[in-house]
Amino acid sequence: MATVELLFSALPEHVRTARLVAAAVARRAGVDEAVLDEVRLAVGEACTRAVGLHMSNGVDSPVKVSLIEDEKKFSIEVGDEAPHPRFSLPGGGRGPRPAGGGRVEAEGALLPGARDEIPEPVADEDEGDGEMGLAVISGLVDDVEVSADENGGVIRMSWPTTPEPVLP
Amino acid sequence: MDLSLSTRTVGDRTIVEVGGEIDVYTAPKLREQLVELVNDGSYHLVVDMEGVDFLDSTGLGVLVGGLKRVRAHEGSLRLVCNQERILKIFRITGLTKVFPIHSSVDEAVAATD
Repeated sequence: MATVELLFSALPEHVRTARLVAAAVARRAGVDEAVLDEVRLAVGEACTRAVGLHMSNGVDSPVKVSLIEDEKKFSIEVGDEAPHPRFSLPGGGRGPRPAGGGRVEAEGALLPGARDEIPEPVADEDEGDGEMGLAVISGLVDDVEVSADENGGVIRMSWPTTPEPVLP
Repeated sequence: MDLSLSTRTVGDRTIVEVGGEIDVYTAPKLREQLVELVNDGSYHLVVDMEGVDFLDSTGLGVLVGGLKRVRAHEGSLRLVCNQERILKIFRITGLTKVFPIHSSVDEAVAATD
């Protein structure tokens, strides 16, 4: 199971709590101090997007954040339970999965099956629909994977915990 | 940590000093402030972000919205920011090309282009 799991009601005021918890667990897992700001921002964006999806779809269930400490990396999964109809394939199958164990390059592989919908960097309105949040995540995190189907979506991100030693 | 907002005027510019965290929970307060200023006829805004500890895409969206509002009145919205972690978010999203970003309030107030 995850090192730490967090379930929170899909309300904006709880996103900060998720950021604080994620950053604390990441620090303890050995994520470099210089990267913690990125972890904090990325998990905040992912949670903000999930909260927005739950609220706009009238989903009552909580947003789930899994913080997973492995030997050499620290992973975060943010899961929503909002339906993503555009990701469903004929017959209700899941969207295509990237080959090679799931690790994908962020750029161009974001939103599998929906590449034409990669967001413009500038939001059209004050109220974003989470697409600028995805753009921020893909710009920040090297190892990120976004998947979704009619039952919900997951954003998976990871960071190394054993940075290469810097020689003088 | 919450969001703090204070405003003052310098000549024809209105300085909005922002402190704390701008995220999905607090960004509506900043939006209300910007909307109120524009509705009251302040079209040349300088948003001082030196006291901002955290900014996410929701906050960026509010700033973009503010920019659109002042531009509708041929106004301006300038940012003051020297913090690398905040500037990075503007770079990632391409917004450094959209907002004039200054290193001090004095510089932003003096800017005319």
